[in-house]
Amino acid sequence: MTDTGEQQTVRSAVRFEAVSKWFGHFQVLKSIDLDVAPRQRIVVCGPSGSGKSTLIRCVNRLETHQVGRVLVNDMELTEDVRQIERVRREVGMVFQTFNLFPHLTVLENCSLAPVWVSKVPKAEAEALAMEYLERVRIPEKAHQYPGQLSGGQQQRVAIARALTMQPRIMLFDEPTSALDPEMIKEVLDVMVELAQSGMTMLVVTHEMGFAKEVADRVVFMDEGEIVEQADPQTFFSSPTTERAQRFLSQILAH
Amino acid sequence: MSAASPPPPIERVGILRWLRDNLFSSVGNTLLTLIGLGLFILIVPPVIEWAFVDADFAGASKSACTGEGACWVFIKVHLSQFIYGFYPPEQRWRIDLAFGILIALAALLRIRRVPHKGWIAAATVVGFPVLAYYLFYGGGFGLEVVPTSKWGGLFLTVIVAGVAIAASLPLGILLALGRRSNMPVVQAVCTVFIELWRGVPLITVLFMASVMLPLFLPTGVTFDKLLRAMVGWALFAGAYTAEVVRGGLQGVPPGQYEAAQALGLPYWRRMYLIILPQALRIAIPGIVNSFLAIFKDTTLVLIIGLFDLLGTIQAVATNPKWLGFALEGYVFAAAVFWVFCYGMSRYSARLERRLNRHREGGV
Repeated sequence: MTDTGEQQTVRSAVRFEAVSKWFGHFQVLKSIDLDVAPRQRIVVCGPSGSGKSTLIRCVNRLETHQVGRVLVNDMELTEDVRQIERVRREVGMVFQTFNLFPHLTVLENCSLAPVWVSKVPKAEAEALAMEYLERVRIPEKAHQYPGQLSGGQQQRVAIARALTMQPRIMLFDEPTSALDPEMIKEVLDVMVELAQSGMTMLVVTHEMGFAKEVADRVVFMDEGEIVEQADPQTFFSSPTTERAQRFLSQILAH
Repeated sequence: MSAASPPPPIERVGILRWLRDNLFSSVGNTLLTLIGLGLFILIVPPVIEWAFVDADFAGASKSACTGEGACWVFIKVHLSQFIYGFYPPEQRWRIDLAFGILIALAALLRIRRVPHKGWIAAATVVGFPVLAYYLFYGGGFGLEVVPTSKWGGLFLTVIVAGVAIAASLPLGILLALGRRSNMPVVQAVCTVFIELWRGVPLITVLFMASVMLPLFLPTGVTFDKLLRAMVGWALFAGAYTAEVVRGGLQGVPPGQYEAAQALGLPYWRRMYLIILPQALRIAIPGIVNSFLAIFKDTTLVLIIGLFDLLGTIQAVATNPKWLGFALEGYVFAAAVFWVFCYGMSRYSARLERRLNRHREGGV
């Protein structure tokens, strides 16, 4: 990256500058620096409790960082609620536990945000929602309730719901961890397609196959620090730190 | 399974079989059954005899009652007073009209194919109270003023309870949201408000409203006693409802809050669209519980000189011309309260079933 002057700094989709965060006295993030360019796909991995979920939850301010700066599409996240809402309109998020709204149908789940956040007319929002439901291959479930769907189906709906806001960045917080093994593939397939379409993605996952296939960079975290970052090829074949080696040997052992 | 699965065990059939299994399966159970039967024979026939067989229904004065069973003549003669209190008889159509309109509006909202339901609901919530005020109190549109001192009976019970219930839900929701707010001042104000009202007996609130409050007001400024009681009551009920709603809010998984936030929904839309619909569903049993308590506690307004249904019955029962029929009066009051409360409870059960339809067929 070359700096071409003050006005024309290279734009990052997401930028962490010396970000720290504590839960009580426990420091979960220790002076994190991270730069994600538009259209980049980042996989974040690390042992549990390493702060990886907290890290990506800072991007849409589900967690507040206490020190440092977080910038999303050049907008800094501060106490300013309006700014936070602007950022959230551009950042979609998919959760480990799906978090679909159980009292709304699949279609209502997906058209809710366009109608109530972006003020899109209802018919248009529903057409948009259907378009994305087709993209995640589940249009036939549009009028059912989330409780009637399998885990894999729910997670695909959750992806469609995030996409209907037409975000520029997508966050995935262990999207396949709560799924039965036979449902993981259908969700990963959708995520791979999304990656190929050029979406900027930050994915917390232990699916190393997914990381190898689509990631531009793997970020390895441990104890609140970014210990190592490299392209997947390098990271998986020759991790440089001892901690990364131990982690990889543990998850590849079974 | 390769072979046909075995049939389920044959159901146990026959009345004798059922009796043996359920009522006489052991010495202890047999004993309980016999005691239960004995109590039934001891209590139920005399009650039926008193209430129906030996009761007097016909007539118009005390002399019509022969004294063996219940004297329902007492209720019959005073029925309109029990319902309307001392509201002038020639003006009572106003009460009938108002409740007729309310029932019609509610019916319109229930029928599925009626168009413009949003407008009807808005008319019910905003327009009806104004209409009811002019009909009940008068003072406009050529209607004679009926001072609240003449209001009474079931009418007063329903008005006081209705206002308290209708005001307590929105107030309770706001207080509950406020108590969970992350703005320290809002949270402190709501918490203090709730704990203050919850820590005070309702009787104290009513006494304060009727006796103390006027002392603090400058001379010449007066509020209607009924209005004061209703405001005090609504605030009291709001504090209780707030805690029930807060319980519902805590029952909504944190993931729902986060998903709504992640979509960029601002606070009030988040609450209105995602959180409250789920929280209120969880809280329905508790909310109905507190509504029933509010309704029944209306009887306490007697102590500040307002005559609700029970108060009116008591007043009439002490009338020298009708002495000795308080029991009939109390049974009647109990029956009316039971009908109202059971109706509310059934309605809430239906509402719960309908709102939870999305849970059916869950995977």
